[in-house]
Amino acid sequence: MTNAGFILGSYALTFGSIVIFAWRTVKVGKRLSADISDEDKPWL
Amino acid sequence: MTIDTPASTTASSVRGTSTPATRVLGVLSIAMTLWLGVFGLLLSPADRDQGDAVRIMYVHVPSVWLAYLAFIVTAFASAVHLFGRRHSLQADRVAGASAEIGVVFMAVTLVTGMLWGRITWGVYWQWDARLTTTALLFISYVGYLAVRGLEGSREQRARRSAIVGLLAVLEVPLVHWSVKLWRSLHQEATVLGTDLDVSLDGLMLFSLFVGVVAFTLLFLWLLLHRSRMLTMIDLSAESGLDTALAQRRAEGGASV
Repeated sequence: MTNAGFILGSYALTFGSIVIFAWRTVKVGKRLSADISDEDKPWL
Repeated sequence: MTIDTPASTTASSVRGTSTPATRVLGVLSIAMTLWLGVFGLLLSPADRDQGDAVRIMYVHVPSVWLAYLAFIVTAFASAVHLFGRRHSLQADRVAGASAEIGVVFMAVTLVTGMLWGRITWGVYWQWDARLTTTALLFISYVGYLAVRGLEGSREQRARRSAIVGLLAVLEVPLVHWSVKLWRSLHQEATVLGTDLDVSLDGLMLFSLFVGVVAFTLLFLWLLLHRSRMLTMIDLSAESGLDTALAQRRAEGGASV
């Protein structure tokens, strides 16, 4: 594969950003969830 | 003396923002994203002109698609808040969550585009119409998020940001058609141009399709989780205010 560094770098950046963003979203959600009653969570 | 807060007197779980539906959506998103990696890096062929550099397209185009979709959802939810009879704060939270996702994926679009540009044009950046308008769109939504962070009530936040959200979305068609409106270094639309002609074929088109489906599922998953997270942030702030008021009243009562 030519220009492998640029190509793999773009995939790593894309998938890495998704993983970090998703992980942070779930983590903050879990932290906040502990302090909020289930009655206030209409999705449950 | 301890004061019971609403949070401490009612049952709560640490299930977070996930539900069976989001778990299914999450698994589907992961599977499709892995599939995209296999198709984009291994199975799809190299381009006749660009060679292997075309593989960047399979993450670059779905990223910009997701960012456009997120900004359109932000505008729609902003309109629901602003013009709806109930001025729903939940619509405002959906708008905010969608804008956050859009900003992340617009940043990914800009950086992957720079890497692709370095291979095909020899430079990371040019003040070209498409690149400049895309950067402007990114900055506009960073501004939108800054407006959401301004001081004021939730209603004020919702009203201000809804107006910005409805104005900023007007840049999306400008970015998309910038390659037609001005002479641009950037190539024209890969799949659907103004003549609705599909200029890709076979496995390349399928790989791009996999990417768009994967990122759309990912957007839905992220939107559900982040809008629920913003709901809990608002509830948490409200609960904190209630606690502070109760403490203040208790202090006032003790001093009398």
